[in-house]
Amino acid sequence: MLAFIGRSVIQKIVTLFFVSVVSFAIIHIAPGEPSQVDPLNPKFTPEMVERFRQAFHLDRPLYVQYAFFYRDLLTGNTVSWKDNQPVLHKIGERFFNSLPLFIVGTLITWTVSFPVGIRSAIFRGGAYDRSATLLSYVLISIPGFFFAYMLIIFVVGQFQVPVIGMQTFGMTDTPWFFRLNDRLWHMLLPSMLGATGGIAVLSRYVRSQMLEVENQDYVRTARAKGLPWEMVHYKHALRNALLPFVTMFGLILPGLIGGSVIIESIFSWPGLGRMAYEAILARDYPVILTINFIAAVLVLIGTFVSDILYVIVDPRIRL
Amino acid sequence: MSPETTSRAFGLEEPAAPKRTRFEEFWRLFRRNRMALAGLVIFAFFFGSAVVGWVLTSGNRPLFDPALVRLQEKLRPPLATPQATSLKPEERPVGGRYLFGTDDLGRDVFARMLQGAWVSLTVGFVAVGISVAIGIFMGGLAGFYGDRRIRLEQLLVTAVLLAGASLLTAGWRASGAWMLVLGHAWLFWSISPWGIRCRKSLPAGLRFLRKNTLMVDTLIMRFVDIMLCFPSFFLILTVVALLPASIYNIMIVIGLTSWEGTARFVRAEFLSLREQDFVSAAKALGVGNLRVIFRHMVPNAIAPVLVSATLGVASAILTEAGLSFLGFGVPPPHATWGNILSDGKRFIFDAPWLTFIPGAAILIVVLSFNLFGEGLRDILNPRLRERQ
Repeated sequence: MLAFIGRSVIQKIVTLFFVSVVSFAIIHIAPGEPSQVDPLNPKFTPEMVERFRQAFHLDRPLYVQYAFFYRDLLTGNTVSWKDNQPVLHKIGERFFNSLPLFIVGTLITWTVSFPVGIRSAIFRGGAYDRSATLLSYVLISIPGFFFAYMLIIFVVGQFQVPVIGMQTFGMTDTPWFFRLNDRLWHMLLPSMLGATGGIAVLSRYVRSQMLEVENQDYVRTARAKGLPWEMVHYKHALRNALLPFVTMFGLILPGLIGGSVIIESIFSWPGLGRMAYEAILARDYPVILTINFIAAVLVLIGTFVSDILYVIVDPRIRL
Repeated sequence: MSPETTSRAFGLEEPAAPKRTRFEEFWRLFRRNRMALAGLVIFAFFFGSAVVGWVLTSGNRPLFDPALVRLQEKLRPPLATPQATSLKPEERPVGGRYLFGTDDLGRDVFARMLQGAWVSLTVGFVAVGISVAIGIFMGGLAGFYGDRRIRLEQLLVTAVLLAGASLLTAGWRASGAWMLVLGHAWLFWSISPWGIRCRKSLPAGLRFLRKNTLMVDTLIMRFVDIMLCFPSFFLILTVVALLPASIYNIMIVIGLTSWEGTARFVRAEFLSLREQDFVSAAKALGVGNLRVIFRHMVPNAIAPVLVSATLGVASAILTEAGLSFLGFGVPPPHATWGNILSDGKRFIFDAPWLTFIPGAAILIVVLSFNLFGEGLRDILNPRLRERQ
C-alpha cells in the first residue's frame, strides 16, 4: 500500500510538471499579447508598455519566464496583470462563491439520480424506464444556456425567483434569517441547472450498474431461496452495484472549476468559472495559468483519492 | 484436384457461414430499436437540410440570403407576411412569408438557420474526424507496438529537435536553427545504410546510446494522462480565445482536445486482439505488420470507436454552440445556431422565437446523434443482444 502511494505520488508530480510546461507553452506561444502590453492599445504609451513588459519579465526568454512564474506561484506571490491583486487571494474569494453552488448541485445530483436509476433498473423495459431513459437523453442533449433561458422565462414569470447575482442589492442590514433566505433563493436556479446534466448521466450509469449486478448468480440464488423482494434488490444487488460509485467521489472534484463557465455567466454569479472567462477575455495570463494549475491538481488528487477508496472498499483488489 | 473436390473428398458440406451478411444482421437489429431509428431519420433529415441549405444560401445571388438587412422589417414573428410597400421586389422572402420570423436587423431567420445547419454539421464531423484519426493512431501505436522500448538515442534526437523548435519560437533563431540542423542530420544519418552498418559495431564508450529506456505504451498513456488533466471546455475556450476567430480553428481545437477516450478504447481492443488466434495465424502466414493492423485488427476494433464517434459529434455540436454563445464562435456575418441564439437572447421577452427556434434545433439534432449512438452501442454489444 505504502509503495503504491509513493509510486503514484511521484507519477502524479511528474504529470503535473508536464501539465505546467504544456499549459505555459500553449498560452505564451499563441498569437496576440495581453492588453496591458499590446502596442496597439491606445491607453498606454510606449514607455508604459516597456515598463509593464519589464515588470512582467516579458522581455526575458520563455524558459526564464516559466521559472519566474512557477516560483511566484509556489511561493504564493503571483499577481494579476489586470489589477495587480494577488491571484491566490482573488481565486480564494471566488472559490467560496462557487463552493455552495457546487455542493448543492452535487447533493441534488446524487440524491435524485440513485432512486431514478434503481427504479429504472428494477422495472427494466417498463413505461417508467422508457420515459426516464428518453428524458435523460433530452437532458443530456439540451444546450445548458437554452435550458437556462427556458427555466428563466418559466420560473421568473410564475414564482418570482431571482436570477441575477448572489443576493438582492441592499439586503446587508436585514436580519440574518432574511439574508440566508435570499441567498438560498438566488442559488435555486443555477444549482438546479448544474445538477440536471449530472442527474441524466449518473442515473443512466446507476441503471446500467444495477442491471449488471441483477444478472449475477448470487442475486438469482437470493431470489430462488425465497428472500423478500426488498432484501434481494436493496441488500444483495444494490450494495454490490454501489462499488464503482465510491470511486466517483474522487472524480467529482474537478467539476469545481470545469463545468460552470456558461451557467455562472448567465446568472452573473461571481464564481470561479466566470473569473476564468473574464481572465481569458483580458488575456490575464497569471490568472489563467493558476486556474489551470489548480484544475490539474484537483484532477490528480481526484484520481488518487478514487484509487485509494477503491482499494479500501473492494477487498478483492490487492496492491 | 480442385478445391471443391477436396472439400467433398473430406466430407465437408457447403461453408456453414451465416446466410445473412453482416449489414443485414445489423439492420435487422437496428430496426427493432425504435429510438435509434428515430435518431437516424432525424439525422438524415438534418444532413439533407444542411446540404440543401448550403447550396441555397451561398453564392453571389442566393435564393435565401442570410445577410440581407431589412431594417424596416425587424423582429417580425414567424409566418408574418412582409409589408410589400416598403420592400424592393428582390428583398422579399421566398414564398412571401418569413417562415421563422426576422431578427433585430430584419434578417430572415429561416435563411440564417439553413446557413447555421451547415456550420454545425461540418464542425461536428470534422472535429470528430480529427479526434478519431488521432485516437486510432495513438491507441493503435500503444496497443500494437506498446511493448517495444525506446532507445536513449531516439529520446536524445527528439529532445534536440524539440529544444531547437522551442528556441526558434522563443526568439533565439541562430542556436535554434543549429539545433534543428544537428537533430535532422543525426536522424538521417542513423537511418542511412552507412549509419545502420556503423550502429552494429559501436565503440564501447558509445554503447550506452543503445540502452533501452521507457516503453512506447508508457509514453503514450502518460501523455493521455497529461491531456486529461486539462478541464476540456476551459482549455478549448482558452485556445479559441487566443487564436484568431475562425471556424477551422474551432474544429481543429475541439478535435485536438477530445481524442483521449478513443485512444484508450483502441488500445484496449488492440491489446486483446493481438493475442487472438487469427492475428497469430496472419502473422504466421508472413503477413506484414501494417496489413495485420489495417485488415485484421482495425475492422474488429472499430465498433466502440464508432459509438464514441457518434456521441462525439453530439458533444462537438454542443461545444460549438456554447462557444458561439459566449462570443468566441464563428465571426459575426456568418450565422451559426449558437450565435443566432446568443444575439436573440436580448429580445427574449419581445421575440422569443429568436431563442426557441435555434435552441430547439440544437436540442433535436444533438438528441438524434445521442439516440443513434446509444442504439449503435446496444446493437454492437453482443452481450446485450437478445436471442432470437
